[in-house]
Amino acid sequence: MKYQRIIFKVALALTLVGSWGVAAAESPKEAHAEGTDLKTEIKEYIQHHLQDSYDFSLYSYTDEEGNHVYVGAPLPVILWDNGVQLFSSAALHHGESVAESNGNYYALAHGKIYKTDAQGTLNYDENHHITNAKPLDFSITKSVVAMLFVGALMFFLFRSLAKSYAANRGVPTGFARLFEPIVLYIRDDIAIPNIGHKHYKKYMSYLLTIFFFVWFLNLLGLTPLGVNVTGNIAVTFGLSLLTFLVTNLTANKNYWGHIFWMPGVPKAMKVILAPIELLGVVIKPFSLMIRLWANMSAGHIVLMSLIGLIFIFHNWIGSSLSFVLSFVLSILELLVAALQAYIFTMLSSLYFGFANEEAHH
Amino acid sequence: MEKLIEEFSFGLFFWQTLIFVGLVLLLGKFAWKPILNAVNEREQGIKDALDAAAKAQEDMAQLNASNEKLLQQARQEREQMLLEARQFKDKLMAEAKEQAQAEGEKLLAQAQAVIEGEKKAAVEDLKKQVASYSIEIAEKLLKSELSAQAKQDQLVENLVKEIKIN
Repeated sequence: MKYQRIIFKVALALTLVGSWGVAAAESPKEAHAEGTDLKTEIKEYIQHHLQDSYDFSLYSYTDEEGNHVYVGAPLPVILWDNGVQLFSSAALHHGESVAESNGNYYALAHGKIYKTDAQGTLNYDENHHITNAKPLDFSITKSVVAMLFVGALMFFLFRSLAKSYAANRGVPTGFARLFEPIVLYIRDDIAIPNIGHKHYKKYMSYLLTIFFFVWFLNLLGLTPLGVNVTGNIAVTFGLSLLTFLVTNLTANKNYWGHIFWMPGVPKAMKVILAPIELLGVVIKPFSLMIRLWANMSAGHIVLMSLIGLIFIFHNWIGSSLSFVLSFVLSILELLVAALQAYIFTMLSSLYFGFANEEAHH
Repeated sequence: MEKLIEEFSFGLFFWQTLIFVGLVLLLGKFAWKPILNAVNEREQGIKDALDAAAKAQEDMAQLNASNEKLLQQARQEREQMLLEARQFKDKLMAEAKEQAQAEGEKLLAQAQAVIEGEKKAAVEDLKKQVASYSIEIAEKLLKSELSAQAKQDQLVENLVKEIKIN
């Protein structure tokens, strides 16, 4: 025990001195000029990370000849442009070259695919917006791959949990049993109190799936794979749109009555309340969408900025401080990942509860 | 906001919705339903078992109570029986006593009657004996009295005297 501690201390000291040595050796060469460049580079990197991408890149570096080398896998690009245009994202070379498919040319700019000519010319308007045509894009992007992965993982996990119930007369075994308390929590503390005993069953599939889907995607976003799925507005829009649809399509008469003709208030108030209530119907899922998106994006931005600071400080005090900070923040983000999934599920079930409320006036 | 709309990717939205809806349906059928059913069944099983245990306990208590009651009853019965036996014994003894007494009295009366009879017979006998002895004595007396002529003459004289009066 004592020896271990000593060894640990020596190792720590060596590491610190060593990293300082490396930093010291590099600093004269790079000088100050690199400083601002690094900042913009990090900023761009964060921006790039927050966006979806057409290939699953793990990391990239610049080799001795000054070429950018990307390590990762290209993904299929699927475009709808007078028929399906299918090609590998490797053809785009991360925006460095123009891809050709059936005589059409496509180029990547700011993370989007535009239709161009053979030279890849991009036209800009006076506000520096690209005016090239954007084909309908159904590409299997990094986020789609992450979602497919999470979907497969969920199916594997919960199918095995379901099977272990059947095999052991209702007592789960194996790894998946870890999730049983969460499943029960969602049933007993989210669905039943909000929706009620009578109606909760039909929403259980949706609530359980949305909780684990969001949670797992949030957690996946914290891995070094760096997929930011739940921090993408299109994803949160899709999820909240489904909550919106489920709420309003399963709503009973009482729910619509409260929106269009609020019972128990004077007639003039009813007229005033109706548009407000109607607006509320849209605002509720809209807030769901923004909340999840903003929380996850903000987490990613702050965390990546702190990690970026390690490289900007370039000395061992600041860098290790940034490291500690980003470490603590990572732990916080773990909590946020679960919390946001919980909030999304909780609010969805609350809205389902509104939709199923019985008249009690 | 404009940037957000600019960033919005319809393709991603499309895939997300497709994957998610597919996942809800697939998991709903193959995972959530069996899991929730199994959990419900298990909970129902636990509840039933607890109910059964509670009922068994109740039954046990009831059984104990009825046992106690039965014991009480048996005890009471035994006491009753003992009481009855004692009463019967007393009655029997009293009866026997009475009977014995009556018998004794009867015997006594009989004995008295016999004694009385014997006594009467003895007295009768005695009377007879006395009479015969008297006659014998009288005879002897007469014989001795009348053996002398003088005496016989005097008697006749007396008798004649008596007849004269008449």
